Amino acid sequence: MGDREPLFSTKNIKLLKEPLGTNNPITVQVLGICSALAITVKLKPSIVMAISVVAVTAFSNVIISLLRNYIPPRIRIIVQLTVIATMVILVDQILKAFAYDVSKQLSVFVGLIITNCIIMGRLEAFALGNRPWPSFLDGVGNGAGYGIILIIVAFFRELLGSGTIYGYPVLEKIGLYKTGYVNNGLMILPPMALITVGIIIWVQRSKNQDLIETH
Amino acid sequence: MENLINIFVKSVFIDNMIFAYFLGMCSYLAVSKTVKTSVGLGIAVIFVLGITVPVDYLIENYLLKEGALLWLSPQLADVDLSFLTFIMFIAVIASMVQLVEMVIEKFSPALYSSLGIFLPLIAVNCAILGGSLFMQERQYNSIIEATSFGLGSGVGWFLAIVGIAAIREKIRYSSIPAPLRGLGITFIITGLMGIAFMSFMGIKL
Repeated sequence: MGDREPLFSTKNIKLLKEPLGTNNPITVQVLGICSALAITVKLKPSIVMAISVVAVTAFSNVIISLLRNYIPPRIRIIVQLTVIATMVILVDQILKAFAYDVSKQLSVFVGLIITNCIIMGRLEAFALGNRPWPSFLDGVGNGAGYGIILIIVAFFRELLGSGTIYGYPVLEKIGLYKTGYVNNGLMILPPMALITVGIIIWVQRSKNQDLIETH
Repeated sequence: MENLINIFVKSVFIDNMIFAYFLGMCSYLAVSKTVKTSVGLGIAVIFVLGITVPVDYLIENYLLKEGALLWLSPQLADVDLSFLTFIMFIAVIASMVQLVEMVIEKFSPALYSSLGIFLPLIAVNCAILGGSLFMQERQYNSIIEATSFGLGSGVGWFLAIVGIAAIREKIRYSSIPAPLRGLGITFIITGLMGIAFMSFMGIKL
């Protein structure tokens, strides 16, 4: 082992911070868009979804990292799926027990965390080759990078679509409706989630020119 | 019969997997660069959805639901295994994909070589698991209805991916603002296609 590196060394901090910006799972790696955009109409389910994904990525990363020397490479996919599915069942049961109404709103999308490509992708790319602590940080970082996009999208959709933030009627309180302002019903419809993500990508890439694609 | 056609049309246009639920977006974005490959992936998705949804229907109704084990013995009437849903469905999907791959390889090498690389990818396509979970949530009455729903969702996914691939092939020649190139514009076009598909919502079925 030699000298142990400190728990929050620069390398480990980088693992945690990179997915939030320059290596974001949604806008840069293009992973895991599937399961979650449909629940970004309101802030509350999005935050619950973000926390669930962070928990599942972090803990399945740790488990796979602990098992990494014992998993035969040929059957690793099915082992990974089993670990992920178990974590998702735990999350689902916890949500059903403590936050039943949110769990009803999320409906099938909790189950779809299983096929969220971020989790599989991190297990394959990171946890299979690294020790548990860095894997945990990597999981938290990527889960959070995914969650942050969800929360940004949900913030705008809820504010512009329903005029509330986390259920609190902000626009009504500041008296915007009296001036003739009307909520934009289009923001609540599913396609606007895609367009909002498109705009976030646009903003991010015009700030960070390195990320621009050349067809 | 009419009911079956209704379910089919509804799952193709109104509850479209991509435009209404964003399922299978990862492979949708990654593989939609050319029409040819996206036709291959689309057909594979129709195929796998058409098989896994009815199989998961049987599993749901004869194994997992509360009281579903009644056919084994009357003592099992109040056994509820529904918490195992996710792990069972994903196992079924992974093994069905493997099986379908082997069957196609044996009986139709031509189809296999055109679908080849896409089949294993499908095991982690959210649209497949999503199809089974929606089937469970919507409580279809018979296995035929569930099959019709599975095939319909597959066809809807196929339409979406072939459509976006055709647009992306053309858009390569347009001058798009540099930061929007590639991923950004694909998202926005998908959103616009989604808005177009929303016009089917008014249809009462």
